[in-house]
Amino acid sequence: MTIPTTHKDPLILEMRSITKEFPGVKALSDVNLRVKAGEVHAICGENGAGKSTLMKVLSGVYPYGSYSGDIVYQAEVQQFKDIRASEHAGIVIIHQELALIPELSITENIFLGNEPTKRGVIDWAEARRRSLELLARVGLRENPDTPVKEIGVGKQQLVEIAKALNKSVKLLILDEPTAALNESDSQHLLDLILGLKGKGITSIIISHKLNEIEQIADSITIIRDGKSIETLDVKGDGVDEDRIIKGMVGRSLESRFPDHTPDIGEVLLEVKDWTVGHPQVQDRLICKGSNFTVRKGEIVGFAGLMGAGRTELARSIFGRSYGNFISGHIYKNGKELHIRNVPQAIDAGLAYVTEDRKVLGLNLLDDIKTTTVSANLKAITKGLVVDERKEFSVAEGYRKSMRTKAPTVNEGVAKLSGGNQQKVVLAKWMFTDPDILILDEPTRGIDVGAKFEIYGIIQELARQGKGVIVISSELPELLGLSDRIYTIFEGAITGVLDKKDATQESLMKLMTSAARPNGNGTATQTLNA
Amino acid sequence: MNALKRIFGGDTRQFGMIIALVALVLFFQLFTGGKVLTPTNMINLFNGNSYILVLAIGMVMVIIAGHIDLSVGSVAAAVGIVVAIAMRDWGIPWYLGIVLGLVLGAVIGAWQGFWVAYVGIPAFIVTLAGMLLFRGLNQFVGKSLTVPVPDEFRVMGSGFLPEIGDFARYNAPTVILGFLLVAGVVFMEFRKRRIEAKTGAEQDPLWVPIVRLTLLAAAILYVTWLFSTGRYGTSFPVSGLILVGLVALYVFITTKTVLGRHVYAVGGNRHAAELSGVRSKKVNFLVMMNMSILASLAGMMFVARSTSSGPADGVGWELDAIAAVFIGGAAVSGGVGTVIGSIVGGLVMAVLNNGLQLLSVGADMQSIIKGLVLLIAVAIDVYNKSQGRRSIIGMLMSGLKSNQPVTAADETTKTSEVIAAPEPAEPAK
Repeated sequence: MTIPTTHKDPLILEMRSITKEFPGVKALSDVNLRVKAGEVHAICGENGAGKSTLMKVLSGVYPYGSYSGDIVYQAEVQQFKDIRASEHAGIVIIHQELALIPELSITENIFLGNEPTKRGVIDWAEARRRSLELLARVGLRENPDTPVKEIGVGKQQLVEIAKALNKSVKLLILDEPTAALNESDSQHLLDLILGLKGKGITSIIISHKLNEIEQIADSITIIRDGKSIETLDVKGDGVDEDRIIKGMVGRSLESRFPDHTPDIGEVLLEVKDWTVGHPQVQDRLICKGSNFTVRKGEIVGFAGLMGAGRTELARSIFGRSYGNFISGHIYKNGKELHIRNVPQAIDAGLAYVTEDRKVLGLNLLDDIKTTTVSANLKAITKGLVVDERKEFSVAEGYRKSMRTKAPTVNEGVAKLSGGNQQKVVLAKWMFTDPDILILDEPTRGIDVGAKFEIYGIIQELARQGKGVIVISSELPELLGLSDRIYTIFEGAITGVLDKKDATQESLMKLMTSAARPNGNGTATQTLNA
Repeated sequence: MNALKRIFGGDTRQFGMIIALVALVLFFQLFTGGKVLTPTNMINLFNGNSYILVLAIGMVMVIIAGHIDLSVGSVAAAVGIVVAIAMRDWGIPWYLGIVLGLVLGAVIGAWQGFWVAYVGIPAFIVTLAGMLLFRGLNQFVGKSLTVPVPDEFRVMGSGFLPEIGDFARYNAPTVILGFLLVAGVVFMEFRKRRIEAKTGAEQDPLWVPIVRLTLLAAAILYVTWLFSTGRYGTSFPVSGLILVGLVALYVFITTKTVLGRHVYAVGGNRHAAELSGVRSKKVNFLVMMNMSILASLAGMMFVARSTSSGPADGVGWELDAIAAVFIGGAAVSGGVGTVIGSIVGGLVMAVLNNGLQLLSVGADMQSIIKGLVLLIAVAIDVYNKSQGRRSIIGMLMSGLKSNQPVTAADETTKTSEVIAAPEPAEPAK
């Protein structure tokens, strides 16, 4: 099927009404994207808006048939069944987590899966010659025999691009390419993208760093809540950072939160000069002298982009379960706590609901009742024996009060929806009777109705006089829920706003380059990478 | 069919396992002309396999925790030779010999547990090293010679319960044990029902436990009859008694105690367990240590049966124990498995061995058949899992536990759906 195109406005790519659903969640609904040949096209949106999902649809990670809508690429409707098919057509995606094999050399990585052969044998001389050419094109002066693990992240990014060029790329997709790079590496990369543009290669770039987008993009498509909101022409429309932020966050907040009147008491938790090192990389700090307080009955939000160090901060406080503790003090009710491990943290009245339920939060082999009591087994143990009657009644009590949708508490947690799983996890921590709850992305992957219920539970916990910390990537959620919001950027707390002073724009400013402190120039990487 | 499933605990796999074991016994009974279910053969079966089943108890906990132990045969051999020499050359009495063996097992276990839990070396490597290390230790200590053990010590491997009077030609202790066991099973069943009633859990109609208990009691009494009517002086073997005691103890530990919960939690999702306050290092250490203690006991039982300790004791045991555990429904990825399942798995292998020997099938064919049985048993498991059913024997004795009838929804939920379900719109990076 051929689509007629005019010569004035040659589109290399048009994605029409793309809709992609996961069970229970509509990740993309009716998204349109039009990319002109030879431009740099930026896609902006909050975490979870659907940017990466859209790129996965485009590159065939989600194959044809698993979404609805059309991908028109080079004037033909495409039906990519996997990444190989899209790469064959000249679409190459470079993910934030680089897909390089650390032990292999630069040359071996560039030609991985695409090795030049002579009579069935890999022609390494040819491969090396061509990789020298490619390295010259991306401006990387390294011996092509160097193992990839021995060069920095910035250079690795260039190797990825060289690999893409080797596949005769026409449309290059970069997902957060500069997230892990320092200033000079970032600049080099941006220059390279502009250089490739000069050679006729179209790029799609996903980035949170709005200043960079402003600098290199020709047009910007904004995605919010799985919908394409608008496409801006940077030169023509005179777009600046504020304009992009407005597009990204411009959604109404009305009645997404249960009514709540906070009753805030004295300071419950105080964290001072909290400094933590990266678990693997020496000299890299994931928390830089953070100070914050939580009062009784208060819901405190932590805003920050992915990789800013929110989770790292929370987990290092929760029994030093992440990173290398360097210095800092925790006070509860004015008394210093000496917490060295998770059991001590739980005994001290802390609870931490993890960001990733499946990887860190749940044993998917367990049923509801086992999970509910798993963090406080001693409360239902007589002598050596777990009292299964108590276990049942405790779990059943939470199931009823939290309205967890499951036939019985003998149901396996793997069978529950995200919202119900989260309720079970919350029940598990409520059963430890904590004074301070840290909730990391408590509503991620949960549908709207269940979100409302979770918000209600969070507010009820605050009403009981507990201190609640909510970490979230969704600013409207933080604004709707929190009494006070701290912002984190590159491992440092960059500000704190009262509910009445906070807007999405002001938070976004503090969370991004706007208030950039003089750090060591290296962004912390996300925890699960 | 449905009724049968209910009686045996509502799980296809578990149902299949028990049926397979019974069918296997009947098959060999038929084709050997009744040589299987005789007192002498049953005694041989127990004496010749109880040490493997003891290993399987420890191994299932190791595998639930997500590890493996390849060193059990060598540990058993090393402990066996030390105990044999201690009794022969140092003249220590048999009971101190047993204590010495268990202590030595604990020390070896602490050694392996240290490397696995606190240094973080995969158990596969640690115990592969241990396999060489302790085999060498056995041959170094024993100078590759065979060392006999005293008669009193042999009781634990090939001894019998005493005869009390000539009680109508039945062995009295065996009969008493048999009836005690029946009483215990009945008591447990009704205790479970009482708890179910109090917690409002769904209950089977009364005929289900009654039929189940009748079948179970009939089986127990039949076996009792078999063992108590053997040649004068024989009874239910002592090794079998040790095994039954250990099974009871470890079923209790794995299902009723905090430690048991923690073993499953660490194997199921170590990160989640740690963030729930489980000290996973301690759990891993204890599990590895426990395995070596049981291996030392198995080694002593074997030495006791074969009347002496030699340089080739315990060769290949680790594979028998691991096979029993996997046939019994444990998952390679950890978090899943039961003691009872592993015992049933071990019995399937034992009956297979025994029956094939009685049929004079050559060692070559025996090995081929056993290999295929292992593969097919696990293949059925993997297939069931991909169909989203609760694949694993998991709660093989859920008949004694929570016997929930399988709901229609259970049968149709696909694992892939469950995994895909709550995926966030933009997956976490």
